Amino acid sequence: MDRREAVRQVATWFGAIFAGLGVCGASAETSAPAPRTRPRSYGMGVDVDKCIGCGQCAAACKTENGVPPEPHYVRTWVERYVETTDGAVSVETIQPSQTREHAAEKDILRSFFVPKLCNHCANPPCVQVCPVGATFSTEDGAVLVDSARCIGCRYCIQACPYGARYLHPATKTADKCTFCYHRIKKDLLPACVEVCPTQARVFGNLNSPASPLTRLRRMRKTFVLKPGLNTEPKVLYAGIDGEVR
Amino acid sequence: MKRSLLGLPDHVARLLVVFVVFIGGAIAVRTFVIPASLKETGRHRTSTEERESAKEPKYAGASQCGTCHDAESAAKAGGYHRNVSCETCHGAAKIHADDPSTGTPPAPRTRGFCPVCHAYDPSRPTGFPQINPAIHNPLKPCIACHNPHDPKPPVIPTECTACHGEIARTKAVSPHALLPCTTCHDVPEQHRVSPRTVTATKPNTKAFCVKCHGKNSTVVEAPKIDADTHGEKYLCWDCHYPHLPEARSWTDEKL
Repeated sequence: MDRREAVRQVATWFGAIFAGLGVCGASAETSAPAPRTRPRSYGMGVDVDKCIGCGQCAAACKTENGVPPEPHYVRTWVERYVETTDGAVSVETIQPSQTREHAAEKDILRSFFVPKLCNHCANPPCVQVCPVGATFSTEDGAVLVDSARCIGCRYCIQACPYGARYLHPATKTADKCTFCYHRIKKDLLPACVEVCPTQARVFGNLNSPASPLTRLRRMRKTFVLKPGLNTEPKVLYAGIDGEVR
Repeated sequence: MKRSLLGLPDHVARLLVVFVVFIGGAIAVRTFVIPASLKETGRHRTSTEERESAKEPKYAGASQCGTCHDAESAAKAGGYHRNVSCETCHGAAKIHADDPSTGTPPAPRTRGFCPVCHAYDPSRPTGFPQINPAIHNPLKPCIACHNPHDPKPPVIPTECTACHGEIARTKAVSPHALLPCTTCHDVPEQHRVSPRTVTATKPNTKAFCVKCHGKNSTVVEAPKIDADTHGEKYLCWDCHYPHLPEARSWTDEKL
């Protein structure tokens, strides 16, 4: 055997091995599900003019998702904005069965409630900063956290411009609103939308021409929070102005 | 040169064995050790989605309750609470919906619950029905007067003071104290149920006041004016507040 023939034989063996690798890789890829023919894009609409600040949404979220009862662990919460006559705006997170001061109202120009939650951005900063790829966008638009991969570094909690994430004290992983992913996959509404007594929250598919969310967008002018950050949120607000951030 | 495996030179064959071991090991690790979810090349991961989807809901959804609770859902369907989900008040009830014999949802019958939504709060939107729990029938449970499945103002509003207390107190010290509200206002029956959508009428002509206060009126105690000269183009309530018209003595002095 000359050198030429030896090289040819070695090349044949390597070729066979790489072909085998390729077959193994291909068989692993085929286990992924077939893509949906009509992709959904879940979103939520919030009509601030309808919110009465009862806090039932936040309470239901804690029940549904096993969020710790302490007030600073929240997946969704309701803020009260108070604008005084001198133009100052103060924001507080309301607590259940909290009584609010009625005095000194002559200084208050207006006040209103704004429900907040994860905006499920189409361009999410939390996903960009995660060093282990534990948080990601699903094909239907929800941003989820893989608690099995999350290492609890809190980068995402820092990166979220809406303060929508917290570190779960039991699992020590980042936790956030999932749009009640287990409910919407069973064609149920998210718990907060389910219990909202005034329909201040609506939920639906942004790509569907007949969803309640599409109707809200048609009937009302909707805004997103912090549009300048280019995060492209999928939580749309009706009836807010520049004071709400 | 020594020839061995496959007729290759010995040193090539040994090198080949090393390569086969490394590559075979890599294939084995990739196939059996690394979980399938880590090998997905898409931006989402099916395993996490499946784990999230597999979580059990705790709220059954509004459509579930009516299949058994006919009376309540029928009462609710036409009332103001028609869009309030059952579980807003009764709490998460998936357990009860799956097996009706267990987990009977609590019914909040105490006075503390309804004010969660209906206590007065200046930040609440205008028009949302609100009361001050401190002065609205204190210590009485809400359900003593209101049916939570079809809430209405309870049978009362026979007298207007229930809602229009400020006007009633003003009128009580005025010369019009003895006149019932219906002298001037026509109150449709529906006004008691939907006070904001069906409103009472108000007089809209000068002739209405002149019926009593005109110089030809037979009402003895009413001060009289000459409708042709008094007040010119103005309507009576442009100058006189009907719920507290000027006292007679003052009018007499002027006359």
